[in-house]
Amino acid sequence: MGTVARVSGPVVVAEGLTGAKMFDVVRVGELGLVGEIIRLVGETATVQVYEDTTGVRPGDKVESTGQALSVELGPGLLKSIYDGVQRPLDVLQKNLGDFITRGFVAAPLDETKKWEFTPTAKVGSEVTPGAILGTVQETPLILHKIMVPHGISGTLEDLKAGSFTIRETIGTVRTPSGRQPLGLSQKWVVRIPRPVQQKLAPGIPLVTGQRVIDTFFPIAKGGTACIPGPFGSGKTVCQQQLAKWSDADVVVYVGCGERGNEMTEVLATFPNLQDPKSGRPLMERTILIANTSNMPVAAREASVYTGITLAEYYRDMGYDVALMADSTSRWAEAMREISGRLEEMPGEEGYPAYLGRRVAEFYERAGRVVTVSPEARPGSVTVVGAVSPPGGDFSEPVSQNTLRVTRVFWALDASLASRRHFPAINWLQSYSLYVGDLAPWYKDSLAGDFVQLRQKALETLQKESELQEIVQLVGVDALPEREKGILDVSRMIREDYLQQSAYDDVDTYTSIGKQYRMLRAILTFGDREQEAIAKGALVGDIQKLPVRQKLSRMKWIPEAELKAQFDAMDTEMTTSVAATAAGG
Amino acid sequence: MASTKQAPKAPTVDIPVDYRTIDRISGPLLFVQGVANAAYGEIVEIALPDGTRRQGQVLDSRKGLAIVQVFGPTMGMNVNQTSVKFLGEVARLPVSDAMLGRVFNGLGEPRDGGPKIVSDQRLEIVGNAMNPYSREEPSEFIQTGLSNIDVMNTLVRGQKLPIFSGAGLPHNQIAAQIVRQAKLRNSSENFAVVFAAMGITSEEANFFLKEFESTGALERTVVFLNLSSDPSMERVITPRMALTTAEFLAYERDMHILVVLTDMTNYCEALREIASAREEVPGRRGYPGYLYTDLATLYERAGKIHGRKGSITQLPILTMPADDITHPIPDLTGYITEGQIVASRDLQRRGVYPPIDVLTSLSRLMNQGIGKGRTREDHRGVADQLYASYATGKDQRALSAIVGEDSLSAVDRIYLKIAERFENEFVNQRPDEDRSIDESLAIAWDILSELPDAELKRLKPEFIAKYRVKSAA
Repeated sequence: MGTVARVSGPVVVAEGLTGAKMFDVVRVGELGLVGEIIRLVGETATVQVYEDTTGVRPGDKVESTGQALSVELGPGLLKSIYDGVQRPLDVLQKNLGDFITRGFVAAPLDETKKWEFTPTAKVGSEVTPGAILGTVQETPLILHKIMVPHGISGTLEDLKAGSFTIRETIGTVRTPSGRQPLGLSQKWVVRIPRPVQQKLAPGIPLVTGQRVIDTFFPIAKGGTACIPGPFGSGKTVCQQQLAKWSDADVVVYVGCGERGNEMTEVLATFPNLQDPKSGRPLMERTILIANTSNMPVAAREASVYTGITLAEYYRDMGYDVALMADSTSRWAEAMREISGRLEEMPGEEGYPAYLGRRVAEFYERAGRVVTVSPEARPGSVTVVGAVSPPGGDFSEPVSQNTLRVTRVFWALDASLASRRHFPAINWLQSYSLYVGDLAPWYKDSLAGDFVQLRQKALETLQKESELQEIVQLVGVDALPEREKGILDVSRMIREDYLQQSAYDDVDTYTSIGKQYRMLRAILTFGDREQEAIAKGALVGDIQKLPVRQKLSRMKWIPEAELKAQFDAMDTEMTTSVAATAAGG
Repeated sequence: MASTKQAPKAPTVDIPVDYRTIDRISGPLLFVQGVANAAYGEIVEIALPDGTRRQGQVLDSRKGLAIVQVFGPTMGMNVNQTSVKFLGEVARLPVSDAMLGRVFNGLGEPRDGGPKIVSDQRLEIVGNAMNPYSREEPSEFIQTGLSNIDVMNTLVRGQKLPIFSGAGLPHNQIAAQIVRQAKLRNSSENFAVVFAAMGITSEEANFFLKEFESTGALERTVVFLNLSSDPSMERVITPRMALTTAEFLAYERDMHILVVLTDMTNYCEALREIASAREEVPGRRGYPGYLYTDLATLYERAGKIHGRKGSITQLPILTMPADDITHPIPDLTGYITEGQIVASRDLQRRGVYPPIDVLTSLSRLMNQGIGKGRTREDHRGVADQLYASYATGKDQRALSAIVGEDSLSAVDRIYLKIAERFENEFVNQRPDEDRSIDESLAIAWDILSELPDAELKRLKPEFIAKYRVKSAA
């Protein structure tokens, strides 16, 4: 047991902590505030405290738990909402009221709830880490697989079926070093990645239902993406759309240092939203971690690690998990704040010199992998990190360090947002390095010409930006009809395809099949338009065609009537556009 | 913390001891030697050689040394005769109903000559974080009577919506007009204003006080005044005093509170002053690295709580140095608040009042507060269409300056006209003009009806059929 020697904000220096190890969790003062050792000099430890330190004074006791910061993994994680160190916020509310007071410890998982456990492993068989012992139906959407914890292998001596709490023993393993009891839950240190057998190449897209993402800048399952954007450019809405509609099995949403009311919005809307595949409430596959901006800064630093550890756990069961972190800039700022209090020599813009390493380590925990398991189960963690660059300047350290390690870049653009072009993802600046990896999938599962169509659309948009420069000088009327036709098509791509309303019941999600038909319809219209122009038609006349208006409303075509409506439109397009040439 | 549940008290020192062991005074900081166990955040009383007393707060405590930040000037303090008494508790504010109608200084002491507030309830001014799980989603539309806010950047109860302004722009008039006109539709609930001024001039303060007085709002207002001539260190405390009062009135007295904080730029500068006196590693532009966290502990105290009747809506005002929205203060504020109302010098020069630039302004909670049953079914579509059309119109305005209006296409000329009408008829209104949401939407439709149906892409056909103004021509 040691004593406090110094207090300054979230940093406490403690003396006399014999035998303490780096990153051990300690309890500080009479209230028992939770903290973590981040520096050791002899028996003097520097502690970052996850709670407000007001009232702590030199001489107060400091106790080490001897354990590193860990999370508890087991059934009951889904549908939960945690703070940055896995305290359930609903339990805190029940015990503390509407404001979070300090020094309260809450069990991460409900210790009294009985789960129906169905064994699948055979008694007497040899088990190794990651082997599935049995299952628990955690929510109607997700079957929770109970796995042998890391570090335990041997002969399965006993395994019972029935109702258990997470504290009860479901079986035992005889290991060379003695008998090990098995339970429904296990612990894991958050700062250590859960091991994998092998990392796999990405090859399957994470379909998000967002046209600009799926079509133009796709992310693979197990991939990493970065959404940097100035405030008001729609970062959070983008993240929430991904959390709602992406075809991951499990979603972990980390609200790191963001607005309280935004988390409330997630809490209010998710239970009412339906999973597009199963029709069940989305909450049944979601874990929320909310460490809002006014909650303690050190817990904010821990929250992303807590989140990714939970994601890795479900990956190990064989699920595709998506983790959204909003915003990693707040996480980096928490590091900076703690580093400043430690009086470390700062790197760029006051951030610690190890910022780049920490960011890279975090994103490296993503991936499509072969999990540690006897049957080589595949699973994936996809990480999408929002970055909030100060003043919208992407050259700042957090954006730059993130871009170095992520392979998709969705550049949010304030000028697009200000004209209400949402999602405000700039199509000229953004990129995805997964397009090549995913091309075979598109060919086999969607359509042979999808990649070509995508390329053609991007080229048209690029051409538009060149033409716009000319228009700025000479006006649109001075352009030849052929070029006006290009501007017409690119405008359709922008307004009728790239723009997508998150608040419209139909438009909020577009299946990949519908995306293909929409894109093909626009580009076919463009081809017909150019053919007609070559025969003397005028763009002004073509724009007045009824089919042109139909195209601008195709986002509202219901998925059920997809084929019929698009086929009809294709036919109408061919005849009516050609007619303008004949008439003119 | 406004909750009736109190945090377990930190252990207190039984007998407050006077220390006469200051060995250094640097800016607003006192370095007191030989202090065994000052608590972090503990309040101290400082007795000067001439008998005056000041308050301060422990910023850093170690064995044998406490660093104290003084609320007020350090003028007249010396190292050998000045004594420091550690009071054994953190900063608290006595709260009661009697605060309504009163004017206090930045530390919560009466400034209007009235009696001190005496109350059993003394709340810690550093509020605990509201549990996100307890928050209720803000969704009640507040009608401010300003078209540009009501239609385009709707304010809802429990929101924090700052005004980003610049020197010489009428942010005070806009704030006063909002305070005067703000109301829920069809409702007359318990409503009060908490006004906190940090470092504003006495003229500005008088303007607000007169405004409150002339509308009879003063008896429903609690004022905390720290003028530019008052000690800058008090400014760090002032908004916390105001928000603690607001929480008491909202969550224990069921009132709906509008908190006006002005000017947040002065608050941030006071923080920077302390940080530089402590020789901390500076972040951007010399502001401390924890500015975001610090601002969040203020702004996040807006909101609504499940099961409690009251609410806190915040209207912070800040002036952007050199109108630079990327300056750390507006930048970090914008990342915490639910949108921003941006005043524009360009519109001001065109004689438009209120000069609010709709393209850079935003209300993030707008969607929750509008639509059928709240405002009107077509509200979202109208707002989107107006935004898009105005943005296009402004582009055409820039283009026509180069190529001349004649080179524009017919449709583009309509957009040009829309931009003009939007600024002059929709945004522009009298400082005493209180438009209902229906009136504002009617003006919007009148302007949008200049466009042919095909251009009204953001509006559902049924709304176009229902609300479009048929032109006489």
